[in-house]
Amino acid sequence: MSLRRPAKNQPKKFEFNSSSMDEAKKIISNYPEGKQQSAVMALLYIAQKQNDNWIPLAAMKHIAKLLDMPYIKVYEVATFYSMYNLSPVGKYFVQVCTTTPCMIRGANKLVEACKEKISEDENMLSSDKSCSWMEVECLGACVNAPMLQINDDYYEDLDKEKTIEIFEKILKGETPKPGSYRGRLNTEPENNRKTLMDVKNA
Amino acid sequence: MPKLKVNDIEVEIDEGLTVLQACEKAGVEIPRFCYHEKLSIAGNCRMCLVEMEKSPKPIASCAMPAAEGMNIKTNTPFVEKARKGVMEFLLANHPLDCPVCDQGGECDLQDQSMFYGVDKSRFKENKRAVPEKYMGPLIKTQMTRCIHCTRCVRFATEIAGVSEIGAIGRGEDMQITTYLEEAMQSELSANVIDLCPVGALTSKPYVFEARPWELKKTETVDVMDAVGSNVRVDTYDWEVKRVLPLINEDINEEWISDKTRYACDGLLNQRLDTPYVKYNGKFEKASWDEVFKIIKSKFENASKDKVCGFVGDLTNMETGYIFKEFFDRTLNNSNYESRSDNRFIDNSERENYIFNSSINGIEESDLIFLIGANPRYEATILNARIRKAYVNNKTKVISLNDVGDLTYPYENLDGQTQSIKTIFEGSNEISKDIISAKKPMIVIGETFLKINSAKHLFNLIKTFLKKNNKFTDNWNPLNILSCDAATVGNFDLGILNNEINLLEELKSNKFEIIYLVGQDNLEFNKKNEFVIYQGSHGDKGAEIADIILPGSAYTEQDGFFTNLEGKIQKAYKASYPPGEAKEDWHIINELAEVMNNRKLFNDKDELESSMFNYIKLQQETKNLNHKEISSTNFQNEKLNIQLKDYYFSNVIARSSKTMIECNNSKINLKSTGTEG
Repeated sequence: MSLRRPAKNQPKKFEFNSSSMDEAKKIISNYPEGKQQSAVMALLYIAQKQNDNWIPLAAMKHIAKLLDMPYIKVYEVATFYSMYNLSPVGKYFVQVCTTTPCMIRGANKLVEACKEKISEDENMLSSDKSCSWMEVECLGACVNAPMLQINDDYYEDLDKEKTIEIFEKILKGETPKPGSYRGRLNTEPENNRKTLMDVKNA
Repeated sequence: MPKLKVNDIEVEIDEGLTVLQACEKAGVEIPRFCYHEKLSIAGNCRMCLVEMEKSPKPIASCAMPAAEGMNIKTNTPFVEKARKGVMEFLLANHPLDCPVCDQGGECDLQDQSMFYGVDKSRFKENKRAVPEKYMGPLIKTQMTRCIHCTRCVRFATEIAGVSEIGAIGRGEDMQITTYLEEAMQSELSANVIDLCPVGALTSKPYVFEARPWELKKTETVDVMDAVGSNVRVDTYDWEVKRVLPLINEDINEEWISDKTRYACDGLLNQRLDTPYVKYNGKFEKASWDEVFKIIKSKFENASKDKVCGFVGDLTNMETGYIFKEFFDRTLNNSNYESRSDNRFIDNSERENYIFNSSINGIEESDLIFLIGANPRYEATILNARIRKAYVNNKTKVISLNDVGDLTYPYENLDGQTQSIKTIFEGSNEISKDIISAKKPMIVIGETFLKINSAKHLFNLIKTFLKKNNKFTDNWNPLNILSCDAATVGNFDLGILNNEINLLEELKSNKFEIIYLVGQDNLEFNKKNEFVIYQGSHGDKGAEIADIILPGSAYTEQDGFFTNLEGKIQKAYKASYPPGEAKEDWHIINELAEVMNNRKLFNDKDELESSMFNYIKLQQETKNLNHKEISSTNFQNEKLNIQLKDYYFSNVIARSSKTMIECNNSKINLKSTGTEG
């Protein structure tokens, strides 16, 4: 819940950098004249990406001014959706799926790994402030359970050891290879397929 | 026009109404929390559920458009069950702390749960708790009580025009708050207290003061500005506890400004409760007989034309009239004046000093041109009407000056009087706009009337409008925006002197005796004048006085006030004057008796009928004696709108602690600069 309320320590200033601004302008131009406010959700997401995965109040003000809408309206949207983080979450933002299929396949081990390697509690920054983790609901990769998401990438078919390996890499600043950690390609069956044998490219 | 049945009563309704409105027309009461006539439809409280034939589920009547042939039932067990269910959910997270809640006794939730609710709850879990929010010095919050009807959010966005309240979070975590808990920057903010159907938003200055059933309620009018909002004054014994709006669709609809509502604690402070006489620079208490005797001897020793009188901004018309009679009949002189500045008023016609298009007319207008006026601070309720016109009809608003945020967009010009001249000589884009507008409104503020070329420009504006046939049988485009409650009434009574400039003479110390009735705004250096001050509060006027006659405030005497549109309304006595203080007309009547052994009027009725005869006669003669005014010279100057401090515009507001807090909260906001 704490991510849905603005953090106490807020940066004084926020402005879109040139690449974010280009992206934002492109999105705004999708909407007809006078309906620019529709772009607010996309712009919040761009701001979140630019600012290490969280949205400071200054960014909300910046967006409100850009779209000519009251601050409170942007604030309402930002607090409504759970995927907007309003407090710092670390440059590497780890989301561990703990919904039923992942839970059955041992998601709690992944959570243990998070507690050991990153921080004691959810949404707490790691000691070097580069990383934080949280439990989330289904991320839609149940076939490759258990899994977790780091920023934009999915890491699948994990267990505790592999998770720890991944965390060690990211804490060193490297980007581990995304995808299955049991050598699968996407969601293919594990020991070769058993059905549709006669179709070549199935 | 669609016809439908409500509980088997056939009703015919206008196109576009909702089922709830149709039910009301059929005389059926529908419980509701989120629905409010003046606000947009939200449909989120679900209390107004009714049964509709052929619908398997109950429908929210407030959001359902009424259509031909509907068969609505509101008294079936199905509806009763639905309402009970909704009420149970609403109460699940409501703290039920009615005994310590200020809304108790006038709470919609309390009333409706008695009617439609169940007597016990099945909710055994922990209730949610929401932290209190800061919403400024007027609104106390207890957000755990909130049922999320969002009336306050819609009011702030739609009526007040300040989008500062919103609902953050979602589901059980949803909270109503102002942006980052800053005070709401609106002069209408306290109306959300009336709108709140529960005790989530209550009045901070009135907290734990009284229960609604202990209070005596008096319906009267407000005097904080010239709009004349209809209000209800609630008193507990002598004290005015609170002021609430009354519905008057022609004037204030159902809103009042914060000043109207909260300046009432100024009625308890700084009051003059006994006559005083100044000996050696110190005030000493005296009796009425003593002060009257002193005044009599002073008047007798002074020469007739060395006496002058000034009437103030909150004085009711009876007082004004008897004051004038006192000068005309007892003192035989006409040195009386109600203006406290050199403003131009041509009172040969009534339309020259009232708001002719009327407040309702604002909604019909298609072009509003503000000259030297800031309606947001000079007449808050009227500004809300202009905003309403803008929201509904996209009415074009032009202002000569940039006057800051008016809660609606407007085009602003350079503020030079030369621009007025150009426009009303007809050689400008805006002149064309005015000519092509069907119902233009020219709103002239007091600031404009104070400039040197006011007379020239005023006549120019009027001639221009006449020439272009803007004066029709049902439309008068000329509007004067007065700021004070007594202004128009005093002009109707002719309490002004266009022959001699009394203010100039006062400044050059030509008078021996000055009689002030509630007049605190005069600027002059006192020398040897003998000043009599009659009024309710110890303010600037009383400070310079040699004799103080304690009068009454507007809640303590019956009295007429004419609002800026020229509507005469009566303010009723809700309380009584403190200590030895008397009603104002009474004091002058008694003084006249002391002077001449004869009262001016036998009683209040005689005074009233005489006053109305006088006004009637004036109107008739004014229409006959209309004379063309000679033109005067023009000189270009910059119009600077000088506002009296909004929260300190009159003696009552200046004595109010709440107004000081309001003022401070605005100053804080400015200095932190958080709004940028």
